[in-house]
Amino acid sequence: MSIAAETLDTVQEVTGSGYKWGFETDIEMDMAPKGLTEDTIRLISARKEEPEWLLDWRLKAFAQWQTMIEPNWARVDHPPIDYQDLHYYAAPKKKDGPRSLDEVDPELLAMYEKLGIPLKERAILAGVVPDPDAEPERQIAVDAVFDSVSVATTFRATLEKSGVIFCPISEAVKTHPELVRKYLGTVVPAGDNFFACLNSAVFTDGSFVFIPKGVRCPMELSTYFRINARNTGQFERTLIVAEAGAHVSYLEGCTAPMRDENQLHAAVVELIAMDDAQIKYSTVQNWYPGDVNGVGGIYNFVTKRGICQGARSKISWTQVETGSAITWKYPSCVLVGEDSVGEFYSVAVTTNRQQADTGTKMIHIGRGSRSTIVSKGISAGRSNNTYRGLVRILGQAHGARNHTQCDSLLIGDQCGAHTVPYIESRNPTAKVEHEATTSKIAEDQLFYCRSRGLSQEDAVGLIVNGFCKEVLKELPMEFAVEAQKLLAVSLEGSVG
Amino acid sequence: MSASVASSRAPATGGFLARFEGFRAQLPGDPDRRAQAADLFRANGLPGGLPGRRAEAWKYTSLRPVAEASFREPLTAIADCAGLLARLPNVGLPRLVFVDGRYRGDLSADGFPAGVSISTFARSPDFGALARPERENMVALNTMLAEDGVRISVADGVDGGTLMLVNLATEQSGRATAFHPRHSIRLASGARLSILEVSLGDGVYLHNPVTELVVAAGAHLSHVRLQDEARTAFHLSTLYADIAEGATYDSFALNLGARLARTEIHARLGGTGATVHLNGAQLLTGSQHADITTVVRHDAPGCASRQTIKNVLSGRSRGVFQGKIEVDRIAQKTDGYQMNQALLLSPDAEIDCKPELEIFADDVKCSHGATVGELDRDQLFYLRARGVPLAQARALLVRAFLTEALDAVTDETIRDALEAAVSRWWESEPL
Repeated sequence: MSIAAETLDTVQEVTGSGYKWGFETDIEMDMAPKGLTEDTIRLISARKEEPEWLLDWRLKAFAQWQTMIEPNWARVDHPPIDYQDLHYYAAPKKKDGPRSLDEVDPELLAMYEKLGIPLKERAILAGVVPDPDAEPERQIAVDAVFDSVSVATTFRATLEKSGVIFCPISEAVKTHPELVRKYLGTVVPAGDNFFACLNSAVFTDGSFVFIPKGVRCPMELSTYFRINARNTGQFERTLIVAEAGAHVSYLEGCTAPMRDENQLHAAVVELIAMDDAQIKYSTVQNWYPGDVNGVGGIYNFVTKRGICQGARSKISWTQVETGSAITWKYPSCVLVGEDSVGEFYSVAVTTNRQQADTGTKMIHIGRGSRSTIVSKGISAGRSNNTYRGLVRILGQAHGARNHTQCDSLLIGDQCGAHTVPYIESRNPTAKVEHEATTSKIAEDQLFYCRSRGLSQEDAVGLIVNGFCKEVLKELPMEFAVEAQKLLAVSLEGSVG
Repeated sequence: MSASVASSRAPATGGFLARFEGFRAQLPGDPDRRAQAADLFRANGLPGGLPGRRAEAWKYTSLRPVAEASFREPLTAIADCAGLLARLPNVGLPRLVFVDGRYRGDLSADGFPAGVSISTFARSPDFGALARPERENMVALNTMLAEDGVRISVADGVDGGTLMLVNLATEQSGRATAFHPRHSIRLASGARLSILEVSLGDGVYLHNPVTELVVAAGAHLSHVRLQDEARTAFHLSTLYADIAEGATYDSFALNLGARLARTEIHARLGGTGATVHLNGAQLLTGSQHADITTVVRHDAPGCASRQTIKNVLSGRSRGVFQGKIEVDRIAQKTDGYQMNQALLLSPDAEIDCKPELEIFADDVKCSHGATVGELDRDQLFYLRARGVPLAQARALLVRAFLTEALDAVTDETIRDALEAAVSRWWESEPL
């Protein structure tokens, strides 16, 4: 089945109301007791059979975390989080490898189906011993993170042939310890901020990608994140390294089952691009946003940062954020290399009582480094949507260039749209431009669409899609269609 | 808070508090208000005075040099300020003169139009209702120690014409002094007034004025400020403006002087159709630091706010602009605009800018823009290709950039005064 058709099917289901991804898989879990102590960290480390250095790294981060204070500068409002009232480790119970799909826990399979993972991949993901002769039909490799454990990674063989390493980070720690050790924490140090520090102490899994010199990754890499068990925080850690001249496009999709309690998600993503390397990181984030009254939903406190280490390297972040009760996320680029390029394209939609405080940081260090920021915020219902961004030009960044555009769209008179850009320049040859606008959907645009027979909702959908077009066109094709529909679904019922 | 933090800040805070304790009986006005302000100041100290505890509002401006200096009260002996008076713009306007924070009737003119009443804070002390010492800590300091200031009120429908408000600081044989004027300007319905406010001085001093402006329905207040303080001085001003239905507050601030300057403005548009213009320009050199911080609050429907701030930065100077537009839920049909432009003329200059929008109404038109860069190379090339020497070409382009900013000042006399000040700056600071 083609991806587009599949997406359309997904969309059919989506257009029924409610949160389609609100299913909960009832399978046996191996869980750490609630609470966070050194013992919890030792337990996580032991379960993952980690080397001593990593345990030490975690413990050091934990010690530092205990001295840190939760940041409160973001424009978000939530009751205090009890970090001792969470499970820090949850894994599906391991059974001996099933021979065929029939032996696989049907609950798990049902979940994959809902996630839209094709049968063949489902088998691989569920740990069924694959037929070595089978050719991959679809050129997307998936690494599904089911709660804290990366269940399986597909198409590894194909990737390995080209030298690409794509596996759960817990596995990479064992199979490529020298790489993980070399790069882990170099972009986001353990003590970078409160949530990153917590992640460093307790991270359970995530993806590791390594693209060797000169290799163009033969397929899009994709990860699904889900939070399944109750009261678990998900702390995944992703590390992507592109050596000189390497290219990779990485897709991240997030969904979480419907819950009453708020769940914590504090991920860390680190990207490293050497000379002439390019990393494209796309996210569609659709965690459970809570209900109309703001009950439940995910707290999404994520640290994402990439370093353009090499000359002419490029890191591009694209995100479509429609989910989560609270989003706190600033995918950033540190532009060290000469003529390196950072990009940030974002659509953030908030409805009901969602709160999003998101944006980016572009730190220009290298000569001739360039960055582009395009942010589109849409607020509806009683939500608050904030763009918070930093453009910093350091003294040595001769000829650096930034262009920023943030537009906000308000739907309804009970929501808020906020823009908080920070612009700092220390180099006269650098050129920085920033524009921001806030407006509502124009009556004449609506009237035009309505008079051509579109319903109010379709008209709004159309206008919103137009508003976001600049960002959506940056998404890989697989995501673009889905993202468009997601926008429409997210705004359902918030119009008129 | 640890004891070490408190003690390392002790000099300045302690000095101001000690002055308050010593003189509180002599200070005019409501003693309770002063005592409250002293408590606030004691609790919060100087904002941004110490790294690590900096408030967001002081992110880019550290008051550490103020915290570390030790200020005394100005001497009461009548200072000779003929030299300073000679430096005032020659505009032939009636003037009100304050020297080291105290009103000098002998240097001031009277004979204002009927309906314009002039008094001083020392004579009729009133702290007003707009200042928020609990939020702005420099205002707490002012409230604690204010001794004098101007009080102007213009009656219903009266055109008060144009006047000059002068703040002079005299050199006091090496003593660093601090003074905290408390000004209040009130325009009744339909009144008009135009003010040129000039601050200049010699020596090391802290000029910490707080100004309250009330512009009633349909009134029009034009307020141009020329800050040309000594390069060794600190100028930290806070202004609150309350603008009623159909009224206009039109303000322009030109910052040329001071080692460290902050021009903080809180403007509230409280009635339908009110308008505020907060324009300004900063010309900085050496190691000067100047900060324009504005908060425009749209509290009523159909109001407009306009801000254009231009910065020309050379040497190792640092310019800061923080502008916030807040739009309340009821403030539909708001039209807010903000533009900040900076020209960096040297490799060591820095601009930090934070234009912020906080919007809770949906039918609004708000935008902001910011540009930072050097002089346009094509334009320079054009001029040089026509035989204009580099220095002259640069000067020409910078002047053009500034002229655009000064265009916001419509009163020709006042505009000429600003142009003259810029020219003087120019002669002393060849680029």
